[in-house]
Amino acid sequence: MSAPTPAGTPPKGVTGNILSSDTGGAASVAAAPFGHALVRAAEKNPRIVGLTADLGKYTDIHVFAEKFPKQFFQMGMAEQSLVGCAAGLARTGFVPFATTYCVFATRRAYDFIAIGAALGGANIKIVAGLPGLTTGYGGTHQGIEDLALMCAVPNLTVIDPCDATETAQATEAIAAHVGPVYMRLLRGQVPVSLDPSTYRFEIGKARLLADGPDVAIISTGLMTGRALDAVRELAAEGVRASLLHVSTLKPLDREAISSLIGRVSRVVTAENHVVTGGLASAVADVSVQAGRPIQLRRVGIPDCFCESGSIPYLVKRYRMGAPDIAAAARELLK
Amino acid sequence: MTSPAAIPQSLSRRAHALRGHVLRMAEIVGQGYVGQGLGISDLLAVLYFGELRYDPKQPDWPDRDRFVLSIGHYAIGLYAALAEAGVIPVGELDTYGSDGSRLEMSAPETTPGVEMTGGSLGHGLTQSVGMALGLRLDGKPSRVFNLLSDGECQEGSTWEAAMAGAHHRLGNLFAFIDCNNQQADGPPSAIMGIEPIHKKWEAFGWHTQRVNGNDVEAIAAAIAAAKGIADRPHAIVLDTLMGKGVPLFEQREKNHFIRVAPEEWTLAKRQLEEAGR
Repeated sequence: MSAPTPAGTPPKGVTGNILSSDTGGAASVAAAPFGHALVRAAEKNPRIVGLTADLGKYTDIHVFAEKFPKQFFQMGMAEQSLVGCAAGLARTGFVPFATTYCVFATRRAYDFIAIGAALGGANIKIVAGLPGLTTGYGGTHQGIEDLALMCAVPNLTVIDPCDATETAQATEAIAAHVGPVYMRLLRGQVPVSLDPSTYRFEIGKARLLADGPDVAIISTGLMTGRALDAVRELAAEGVRASLLHVSTLKPLDREAISSLIGRVSRVVTAENHVVTGGLASAVADVSVQAGRPIQLRRVGIPDCFCESGSIPYLVKRYRMGAPDIAAAARELLK
Repeated sequence: MTSPAAIPQSLSRRAHALRGHVLRMAEIVGQGYVGQGLGISDLLAVLYFGELRYDPKQPDWPDRDRFVLSIGHYAIGLYAALAEAGVIPVGELDTYGSDGSRLEMSAPETTPGVEMTGGSLGHGLTQSVGMALGLRLDGKPSRVFNLLSDGECQEGSTWEAAMAGAHHRLGNLFAFIDCNNQQADGPPSAIMGIEPIHKKWEAFGWHTQRVNGNDVEAIAAAIAAAKGIADRPHAIVLDTLMGKGVPLFEQREKNHFIRVAPEEWTLAKRQLEEAGR
């Protein structure tokens, strides 16, 4: 990962360029953590190849393409071909990383992910940009239900990293993992929420980032950065919150979730995704299966396609900010 | 490894043997894709006994040529070829389509000699492009032979992959398009016209030929001509007759999925025997 640099100014009141990164006022950011981590992985493993469907610069894989041009394949605007070709490369012993946006990978190429890759366990890594509300481009570009779609596919590993630290570590982890993976991508200037010197990502492991008896926040993806802010906000009010970060949605760390909700039954989930079929549904499922009843407040996108607009506006409009997570916790404590 | 030069040039006899295996399997389940299996036997004979480099004792030999079956329901033809080639035991053909058998009606990639799970049409060429890229990147001389169908040319992904194959100049990629003029709901001309299909492949940048797909010499000649072109992928459109070799099935209407009365099998086998004389 590159050295952290000061965060840029968030866009104000207008829909930004599709490429613009919203850092949410983060204290530090890192540039293209996925692209640089993929280069590091490829320096260790020459079988890694890259592909994209006309979104190389937009998914940070151009960093890899510039370093390893012979191992990079442009597939054009053709997502079925992108995923099918990646599966074919995997069948000749390569480790393909295929990038596009969440919406295109999951909506346009679902059968190719399910049958072309997952059914036979083809060793491909789909890395998909613009998860949830990270773009102001409305329903066409906001990947709001991709986790639900991907978690429904047998054999597939599904990961939603929270920041630059985890994006870099997860990239190297999935490169070493044998099997098909879908990973959400935070691109461009990405906030650093977790300390790279102490945090260790592991596929299938949730991480307890705060431990408190009053309320449990369970989060995934970039919402974990906001959840950390919410924990600090609540602490200032004397509320001791736990925070469990679940970056791997599948296979789900059911033990970690079950253990936490066994200790703390007032639960807030926070996800950059619709609140059905993603993390909230998974936590509810663990609660029922484990026989550990909880009170649940769900922070995330409601069952709707979202508006266009600036990221700060959308975060407020759909109640996806740190204050919204804190407010949900307070409601449970009333 | 089986060297093409060491194989006797008896491709017609091999095709006839494959048809015998197809009938054997079809009779057990009493119905199925027997028309497709009979129609494609000539191509499979040319490939498995004249062109493909493979090791029947080591189906996953890394340097093998790949035969990629997009159209999973043609499995009956592929199993016939794999059995005749010694990749799977001939006796196992009797389990075709039976519960618990690895010879499923639509070929799964877990069966030896099956490179990918076809059946969801439009996948095969996309994966074949990836295999051809990978083999070329590794500097291997191995080639990829994809069998797709006329109806499959209606899938958009087929053309995404066709574009990619030409763009990346995959001279090690061969696509055979089986034009038997029959898909699930009827002839393609009535369902969604694809003709002139060879001109479409040509327009997509492929070195394209169109031959009688039930003539082993014509197929072999087309492959030989294609091998002279190194910087473009190769499309060979095969006009075939469903049920070829068994007049009872050649003449049956709506023969995408044939249902056969028990007493008809005796006639079918006799007709095939007569055709082989």
